[in-house]
Amino acid sequence: MERALEPSVLARSRDTNWSLGVAFVVMVVVFAVGPFVVYPVFLMKALCFALFACAFNLLIGYGGLASFGHALFFGWASYVTAYTAKAWGWPPELAIVAGTATAAVLGVVAGGLAIRRQGIYFAMITLALSQMMYFFALEAKFTGGEDGIQGVPRGRLFGLFDLSHEMTMYVFVLVVFLAGFLVIYRIINSPFGEVLKAIRENEPRTISLGYKTERYKLVAFVLSATLSGLAGAMNALVFQLASLTDVHWTMSGDVLLMTLLGGLGTVFGPVVGAFIVIAMQNYLAPFGQWVLVIQGAIFVVCVLLFRRGMVGEVAQLLRVPL
Amino acid sequence: MFEIFGIPSQALFGQLLLGLINGSFYALLSLGLAVIFGMLNIINFTHGAQYMMGAFAAYFLLNGFDVVLPHFAATWPPTFTSVHIGVGLSYWWALILAPIIVGITGLIIEQVFLQHLRKLDPLYGLLLTFGLGLVIEGLFRNAYGSSGQPYQAPAALQGGRNLGFMFLPNYRAWVIVLSFAVCLVTWFAIERTRLGSHLRAATENPVLVRAFGFNVPRMVTLTYGFGVALAALAGVMAAPIYNVSPQMGSDLIIVVFAVVVIGGMGSILGAILTGFALGVIEGLTKVFYPEASNTVIFVIMAIVLLIRPAGLFGRRA
Repeated sequence: MERALEPSVLARSRDTNWSLGVAFVVMVVVFAVGPFVVYPVFLMKALCFALFACAFNLLIGYGGLASFGHALFFGWASYVTAYTAKAWGWPPELAIVAGTATAAVLGVVAGGLAIRRQGIYFAMITLALSQMMYFFALEAKFTGGEDGIQGVPRGRLFGLFDLSHEMTMYVFVLVVFLAGFLVIYRIINSPFGEVLKAIRENEPRTISLGYKTERYKLVAFVLSATLSGLAGAMNALVFQLASLTDVHWTMSGDVLLMTLLGGLGTVFGPVVGAFIVIAMQNYLAPFGQWVLVIQGAIFVVCVLLFRRGMVGEVAQLLRVPL
Repeated sequence: MFEIFGIPSQALFGQLLLGLINGSFYALLSLGLAVIFGMLNIINFTHGAQYMMGAFAAYFLLNGFDVVLPHFAATWPPTFTSVHIGVGLSYWWALILAPIIVGITGLIIEQVFLQHLRKLDPLYGLLLTFGLGLVIEGLFRNAYGSSGQPYQAPAALQGGRNLGFMFLPNYRAWVIVLSFAVCLVTWFAIERTRLGSHLRAATENPVLVRAFGFNVPRMVTLTYGFGVALAALAGVMAAPIYNVSPQMGSDLIIVVFAVVVIGGMGSILGAILTGFALGVIEGLTKVFYPEASNTVIFVIMAIVLLIRPAGLFGRRA
């Protein structure tokens, strides 16, 4: 895997991470002003997907594990959240916890199976497992089949905040996104994260240094699945809907595209990528299947010309980590 | 008419036949994937789209296609006429021409895109072929919508025969026989001929084989073209059974990936056997427990991963 940054850049910036701080402040300001400029629903969708892409990036960008099945965690968390909130009348915070926990459990099972093989097999296994769960979702009673679960109540958060109010919901989504983002940043920069990067660079050498790499990969997989689930749970509440689209393999392709376009293994890349892809899907929707063609073309161009992604290229240009 | 385990023999053998048909496609497609993986060390995510292109090539060869041309008069806005180019080549021609045509597009893809990825992480090959698959599927969906176009089986293969215990449509019998033959010939060519031994040597140690004076990059290009042609051939064979539709490949290819994980890509014969066997198992599941028929192959994959992580015929890397 190509490094997001050359080692020389990393070495120079080791003690000055000012660029990350500046970028974070800019991001928070943009999101604070955002709902007064753009539709809040659009921003909330983009934030959910940004969290999804960041969680995905934790696995592919830092662990070097290319999963083609992350729709599994996103989609099933959104189903469970929608179902518990609607059919059992759970409050939003509990419904979200239930959805996220489901994703974590699925992450343990899918991750446990998938890390038994490396490289491209890993990609094929995750894709196949997620397709299996897609068929379960299609046939199971509680998911509502083709209709999905519609009209999910947003409820009152902790019994205090009425989430049916658009701005309250926006603040809630933003807080959850920022929390998830910081958790991921913390993971990347922890000793655990360093071992993960070592596995990405050279797994046999990491094993020879005495690390049980399988265990690290599994933990990374479960963390990524859990945070993807959190994103899916939030998405279900934002749109008050959980449907087959969320578990379909095209969703796994979308999150892959966001991460690749923004920059694999960069901190802010997935956020930028998510906003671009969501905006594209939003504004190009009238052109029907051309969205598919354009997305495919972006994959091809990114792989051939911009393997660092947009944020990765900027970081390389400015010689700072982003 | 008799019953087996309380299932009418017609239903049982009917599903078994359908399973063998699906198995033929699994075998042909996983064979192509294995051949490509052997030489290029990438998983060809475009495979499903190329299978679909094979079916469409057969459709175009038979029914012709429309070309939209602008009028060369100085009017604005320009007017367009659609010209129908009819070729009217039968199924038999398609069986030969479609794999060649789609195979050539494969050669172009290898030359334009894939050859630049040789020194990179295999992950990038995965991403690039995935993107190409999306582009191709999107283009076809733009032009032909999501609904399928029917494609008639050739007259010589229409109808069927009564075997006493079941009715056997001629075309389906032909598909099973032909795909089995193609698989065997491919296996023989790779494992038992001089050309095949060069290929296998180039897989093991490309630098050394190059030093012996073989043009390894050209072998790689042609191998990719051949793998793609196999997918297109499967597409032509599938055209009369399923409708010709832009998304016919994308769901199928995921099942084929599971087949490849189960069989392991270490052996050509393994890929063929696993393909047919899983088709039959899927068919039987449709009879005895229809709810699980979509998922049975994935469940088997999970079990195989627990017991034999390298796959049934795979070698531990």
